[in-house]
Amino acid sequence: MEILVCVRRVPDTSENEIELDSEGNDIARDELVYSINEPDNYAVEEALQIRDRVGGNVTVVTVGGEDDEEVLRRELAMGANRALLLSDDAFTESDGRGIATILKDFVKREKFDLILTGVQADDGAAQIGGMLAAMLDLPFASLVNSIEVDGQKLKISREIEGGNREVNEIDLPCVLSIQTGLNEPRYVGMRGIRQVASIPIATLGASDLAVDQVSVGKAAAKVVRIDYFVPAQGQGAEILRGSREEKAERVAELIAARGGLR
Amino acid sequence: MDHSSAIFVTNPFLGDRALFLSIHLLGTICFLYVISRRMQPLFRAERDLRLDRPLTRLQMVGKYWLAQWRHPRYKLAGLLHIVIFAGFVLLASRAFSLLIETVSPNFQMPILSGHIYDFLSDYAATVVFGCMVVAMVRRVVLKPDRYKLPAEFGRWRYVDAVILLAAIAVLMLVDSLVAATAMAKEGGGVQPLAAYSLPQFLRLLIESRPAFARWNINFAGSVLHALTFYFLLCYRPFGIQFHVETSLFNIYFAKLDRGTVKPVRWGIPEDKLDQVKSFGVKTFQDFTWKHMLDFYSCADCGRCADNCPAHAAGRPLAPRLLTIKARDYAFRHYPVFGKCSNDHALVGTIYSEDEIWSCTTCGACEQECPLLVEYIDKIVDLRRGLIDDANVPQSLQKPLKALESRGNPYGKLEKKRSDWVKAGEFQQSCPVKILKDGTRAETLYFVDSTISYDERMQSIGRASARILQAMGEDFGILGASEKDSGHEVRRFGEETLFLALRDHNTEAIHKTGVKRIVTSDPHAFNALRHDYEGLPPVEHITQCVARALSNGRIQLRPIADDNSVYAYHDPCYLGRHNQVYEDPRAVLDAIPGLERVEMKRARDRSFCCGGGGLMLFYEPKEEQRIGVLRVRMAAEAGANTIVTACPFCLTNLEDAIKTAGLEGKMRAIDFAELVDQQIVRKGPVRELETPYETASVGD
Repeated sequence: MEILVCVRRVPDTSENEIELDSEGNDIARDELVYSINEPDNYAVEEALQIRDRVGGNVTVVTVGGEDDEEVLRRELAMGANRALLLSDDAFTESDGRGIATILKDFVKREKFDLILTGVQADDGAAQIGGMLAAMLDLPFASLVNSIEVDGQKLKISREIEGGNREVNEIDLPCVLSIQTGLNEPRYVGMRGIRQVASIPIATLGASDLAVDQVSVGKAAAKVVRIDYFVPAQGQGAEILRGSREEKAERVAELIAARGGLR
Repeated sequence: MDHSSAIFVTNPFLGDRALFLSIHLLGTICFLYVISRRMQPLFRAERDLRLDRPLTRLQMVGKYWLAQWRHPRYKLAGLLHIVIFAGFVLLASRAFSLLIETVSPNFQMPILSGHIYDFLSDYAATVVFGCMVVAMVRRVVLKPDRYKLPAEFGRWRYVDAVILLAAIAVLMLVDSLVAATAMAKEGGGVQPLAAYSLPQFLRLLIESRPAFARWNINFAGSVLHALTFYFLLCYRPFGIQFHVETSLFNIYFAKLDRGTVKPVRWGIPEDKLDQVKSFGVKTFQDFTWKHMLDFYSCADCGRCADNCPAHAAGRPLAPRLLTIKARDYAFRHYPVFGKCSNDHALVGTIYSEDEIWSCTTCGACEQECPLLVEYIDKIVDLRRGLIDDANVPQSLQKPLKALESRGNPYGKLEKKRSDWVKAGEFQQSCPVKILKDGTRAETLYFVDSTISYDERMQSIGRASARILQAMGEDFGILGASEKDSGHEVRRFGEETLFLALRDHNTEAIHKTGVKRIVTSDPHAFNALRHDYEGLPPVEHITQCVARALSNGRIQLRPIADDNSVYAYHDPCYLGRHNQVYEDPRAVLDAIPGLERVEMKRARDRSFCCGGGGLMLFYEPKEEQRIGVLRVRMAAEAGANTIVTACPFCLTNLEDAIKTAGLEGKMRAIDFAELVDQQIVRKGPVRELETPYETASVGD
């Protein structure tokens, strides 16, 4: 099975303190460390496991710049067969639809049986998977937390209320957005990344992909970010201060006072 | 002497020589064949450079082999073993004489022979025989817990032990029987025997028999002696008694450097590591030959598991089983007859992943093993193999990733590494220099991640800084340019990441030009001392305080609180791995009025708190927390305050006090916090940081 996983490099939420910059129109990016978007990593792991069961290849792709190569390198170290960077000045500041368009033009050049995306990027809006499927006129399922290959069909499930699972059948080829927790992604250390250091990562630009430049980039963006702000403290909200112990004690008091602890 | 026996004496063994010669030949060939087969995996194993420092190694042989140094740690079993060992060593000469005399009757051993030796041997055989009876009673009737094995191992090992004890008892019996019926070498008549010995007792039993009957007994005894001897020789390599042959070599080639971890591959320099195809141990042949020799040498006495904290807490690990399973594997896959095979991954077949990750590397097993079998290096090698196959528990992946990108397992910002020095009043009373941009100091205080970032543990950093200040030390810290020492990173098998951390810190330390390094974290202490190279001398804060106290640079005031009974908990990486036992105790005892008790498990038998560094992130399968066991030991000793000298011990012990429901009855405190509280300063007396002052981290 030929599987494509669309990934993205994001500021690692577990290793950064996200704050707004002094102008208040972006987050402070000076000291951020980046990593692969977590759900994307699960998607790659799932793709690798499917490949190892039924054969085929796993291709990883991202839209971005040179800096984003590091996540592709990481997924190569995990075991992806091929990685591509879709990069062009014309792509900068594309909105979700723009990114989906770039990916669509890439997918049209090749033949994939299964396309996976993470359910949502940490800094994204969970829209690429659905848009991509629509543009390619492929079936789409979101929030997938298990995949079983059954000939030309997949049996997939998603979690519904109360921790129950809903099982669906979907025809290949299709697009799925992957939820975290459906597998245990393998570890990638520095050694693994060094071992794939010499594997070339092809970069494809707008002309390689024959992207209609009018539909991507800043000019084509129909959704434009205009501001970031810290929400004002609402009525009834209380911010706890002090040491960890003091805060924990105060939380316990508050819960107890409202009858939450017996 | 009657006529018939005279014939035998003058015409000894002529017809029997062929019989004995064939026994010797067959026995020897058999033994050599079995040994050559047992050596097969060792020749295919990884390299292990153990030929250095021959004099030190000989001393080790003298101490741990000949003097049986570790045995008395278990009184009865140890004493029995020493007696049996001494008996064996003594009887070796007589056994060989007996064997040689069967084909060459006039043979005389050049040393270890003569009347005195014969007398001693008579007693040796008697005592060893007695020991076999006692050992048999222990195995069959008393059944000490530490010999127990999980059911899947079957009863074979028990049977094996009983067969061996019985065979040795038979050997002693026939040895005595032959002595009892032997003719004197010179001047005819019977050989004199030691009074009240087994040979003499046997002689009394058969004295009344006719001479030819005694002669036949002597002959049969000699045959039986040879047969039992060769049976034991050839049977031992199939079970726990193989250590009789291997122990001498195992001890000679034992690991000499405490606190260190073996290189990924012996003989391959670090800059060539990227070319090594596979890291660590995945299949049996990835073990080094010495580690295989360890497997053969284990006598299955169970002392390692008996002292293993992971085992005590019900984690799926017992060092002893690690060895037994590997030995069984070796016997199965490198058989005495048939083909060798080495195509199985060990983890997933004989070992489980949880088993390999459960070890805290506390070193209690290695401290106890009378045969100096190594465990930590094997565990680290097995972990290296798992990591190389991208097989890392999810709970460890985030901290490892954070160590890579941020230099600490919490993923906190580098610039916040020195926030602990900015806490309120502390900043004014004890300003700490950050050694960058030309700011210099004599001494570097190496903080490491836990004390830098963990709110509770930051108090250890501030206490240590105040102590260094009181000692008049010119010191500073690296601040944002310090990264995690990587101690646990290496011991969890992530060698590449460790090397990156080490190189970064080494360069940062050299840039400061400091003359010495002090740390309050025994893990950092061990890393800087043993895993790093070319650094200025490194000391743990307990050593600095002990010295400052003895040369009068600081004084300690009397303890105010007279209800406290203190017990010192030895951190594994300060005690066992670095032999710092006395300094912290000397300091505690120098505090006037401080009442200190010793826990049953102390010094080199200290019991791990549950493990530090990455072990704090790992979620082991266990029946109870290791720390809880330790806290109960302190309560048992009559203490209500545990003093330790390690931020990880403090974390685990404080958690364990809560888990064990001992809050209010027991407390834990760091050595530095206690000394800081007791140190005599000009100005007002310092109280402990309660509630703990907090820096801005995590606020």
